[in-house]
Amino acid sequence: MIIEMVIAGIAVIGLFAALGLVLVIMERRVAAWIQIRLGPNRVGPKGMLQSLADTVKLLVKEGMTPNGADKFLFNFAPFIAMMVAMLLMAPIAFAKDFQLWDMNIGVLYITAISSIMVISILMAGWASNNKYSLMGAMRSGAQIVSYELSAGLSILTIVVFTGSLNITDIITAQADGWWIFKGHIPVIISFVIFIIAVTAETNRAPFDLAEAESELTAGFHTEYSGMKFALFFLAEYINVFIVCAIGATLFLGGWMPFHIGHWEAFNQVMDYIPSSIWFFGKTFFLIFVIMWFRWTFPRLRIDQLLNLEWKYLLPISMFNLLLATAMAILGWHF
Amino acid sequence: MFEEIGTNTEGDLIINVGPQHPATHGVLHLVLTLNGETIKKVEPHLGYIHRSIEKMCESLTYRQFIYVTSRMDYLSAHINNHACAISVEKGMQLEVPERAQVIRVIMDELTRIASHELWWGAMAMDIGAFTPFFHAFREREKINEIMEETCGARLTMNYYVPGGLMADLHPDFQKKVKEFIILFKKKIDEYDELVTGNIIFINRMKGVGLLSKEDAVSFGVTGPAGRGSGVSNDIRKLYPYAVYDKVQFEEILETGCDSLARYMVRIREMKQSILIIEQLIDNIPEGDFQAKTKAVLKLPKGEFYTRVETARGELGVYIVSEGGTTPYRIKFRSPGFSNLSALDKMARGSKLGDLVAMMGTLDLVIPDIDR
Amino acid sequence: MFIVKYIKEVLSAIRSLLVGMRRTGYYFTHHKEIITEQYPDNRNTLVMADRFKGEVVLTHDENNEHACTGCTACELACPNATIKIVTKFDITPEGKKKKAIDKFVYHLELCTMCNLCIVACPTDAIKMAQTFEHSVYDRSELTKILNKPDSKIRAGIE
Repeated sequence: MIIEMVIAGIAVIGLFAALGLVLVIMERRVAAWIQIRLGPNRVGPKGMLQSLADTVKLLVKEGMTPNGADKFLFNFAPFIAMMVAMLLMAPIAFAKDFQLWDMNIGVLYITAISSIMVISILMAGWASNNKYSLMGAMRSGAQIVSYELSAGLSILTIVVFTGSLNITDIITAQADGWWIFKGHIPVIISFVIFIIAVTAETNRAPFDLAEAESELTAGFHTEYSGMKFALFFLAEYINVFIVCAIGATLFLGGWMPFHIGHWEAFNQVMDYIPSSIWFFGKTFFLIFVIMWFRWTFPRLRIDQLLNLEWKYLLPISMFNLLLATAMAILGWHF
Repeated sequence: MFEEIGTNTEGDLIINVGPQHPATHGVLHLVLTLNGETIKKVEPHLGYIHRSIEKMCESLTYRQFIYVTSRMDYLSAHINNHACAISVEKGMQLEVPERAQVIRVIMDELTRIASHELWWGAMAMDIGAFTPFFHAFREREKINEIMEETCGARLTMNYYVPGGLMADLHPDFQKKVKEFIILFKKKIDEYDELVTGNIIFINRMKGVGLLSKEDAVSFGVTGPAGRGSGVSNDIRKLYPYAVYDKVQFEEILETGCDSLARYMVRIREMKQSILIIEQLIDNIPEGDFQAKTKAVLKLPKGEFYTRVETARGELGVYIVSEGGTTPYRIKFRSPGFSNLSALDKMARGSKLGDLVAMMGTLDLVIPDIDR
Repeated sequence: MFIVKYIKEVLSAIRSLLVGMRRTGYYFTHHKEIITEQYPDNRNTLVMADRFKGEVVLTHDENNEHACTGCTACELACPNATIKIVTKFDITPEGKKKKAIDKFVYHLELCTMCNLCIVACPTDAIKMAQTFEHSVYDRSELTKILNKPDSKIRAGIE
């Protein structure tokens, strides 16, 4: 039992490191191509080892703590960010029958844990004793708390249709077609809302107000350097991965292969592709969409950000949930 | 003198934006008084990049001092040089050949487009979109290549001399400019797709940074920033110099008075500049590119004032001469300085994020403000 | 109707965002439009414009002769005291003294590439070279003597 847990722990940490490296290089490549540049091309073949070199550089860099900072909270905040990201890994099904913890309240667990993320940002911003950091942290607090609502409500739509909070059940329910392709309007609306809300929750552009480079220099992590900064950086990317994994699980069928009606031959070919490839493919597609957002859109202002949530997303998603519930009660779904 | 740290007696947050800050595009230092996210006061502190260009010019001859002025507003280097060249020519009553004048206007307009390109990218970066910056540089690079070929430099060209130009046009110049015009007309629609039409962008700009027509006049806000408030102040139209009175173009006026209006003025101005270049590029008259001048230039005793329209607004060059080979006193009226003074008026009551957008629409070039 | 207006507003907003994403998506998939210069890699094929102002050089022909008479017109034209000309007196075969340059000192660290010296030169002895990789480890290396050792003034240049 203990050995099993140790192995799981090591596997998660290894996955973390690998994901961080892959996502950073992916982001840089996507940004470069959109911006008609080549991107990193110096370290390793086609620059693929660039993020490894950056990690080594950050590891050997001195981690400074400012004089006026609250030392304990300042040093503790990055670890909370990492802990939250690690905890969120637990219920995700990476492949068929491959899950760290198949609990019966998986979706609830994810929504509950992901709201802890804001604590680390608030803690970092407050402890830094820097006005830019403080403003970034306060913005982030307002932002994450409000966008939790519509993210949660859009997840609920799927829960209503499947009637279960269990991740495995939700995936099994999509065996005959992914939710997004089943043609239910509430699901499509909630998918769009989910993507917008999680982009905001993970503090990614166009909702990167907590960092807001041109306004707050670097927002809540202005004072962080070296490995402590790297942990925040890593946590951001892991969070993006996790929310995209959840999105892929709920709306795109997790590790379920793509099937079309009664095309037996086609379906068999699809089944032949390993389930883990399906899962990672879908997740990375969603990650790409979120990166695409980042390199296309300008940033919102703080009051517009809250307007968008409270005046547009929340009413729409509440109405959407109502519609979904009515459909579920009347049995209009399949 | 100033309260620069902590909070003031009313409990407002005082925050220093700059001198090192991603949004100030240089070493501008703004002391903001904030109530939460809302701005109560903006105090610009200047002088971080003061190089006393006016004093330097007093020890340089009339041929030499022109190159220094490229370093003021380095994005419209040609236009600065033009202003100085005109004021020396005015003092000496030199007749500049038609060919030189036409080439000067083409170069000025190319500079204006290049400057507005850079502004467009930097402005989009200020409000959080990174990609337009690189896309703007793609077109700007073409202009830089044209400049490099004819003038020998990409940013501080020093191509104008009193009496004309330093060298004749490169043989490929006309061909390359025509290619650029075709390319630019295709790409400017992409700008609208990428930024201008974007709903987030419009909401960030509309109704933000209001500067009424009266305020614009009283603060001396010139250039696209002033025209966004509906003030007709285009020197090219009002007091034409070189061959601006012989070309057809429209003075862009917007009446929105907000950041979006100032943005639209610049976008439309780029199209007008293309129009001017199109009229002139096939009609460059033959002849000398430089008037015959003596080896040593002397201005008669007196005072000479010239104003031109740079990419940022009205640049005035005021030369006081005692009759010698060097000016007795030079004063530059730089557009950035007056435009910056209106920032406090515009920013009060808006959010911190909007301040960055406003600074973007004022198109501040810090060496131009400090000189 | 309020609801219709609201929905129209939302749809047009989403449309404007999709237009922008289509544009960036186009560039993501069209790598041929990449315009960045691969500088240190393309060093061998890099051609600078022939008028590019990189540094001032004194042109020498194959006989190690230049055209500089030491008139100091360039020194006077320079706004930054970049050029310093040290002259000496040569004895001509006829036994007359003749002014010639001893050292043409050029301070690259002070030069702003304004081209005024080139324009001022009456004999076209100096010109702008297209080199631009000027970085050195010590600033004293930037002070250059442009006339080559044992070089002479070309015959017939006054």
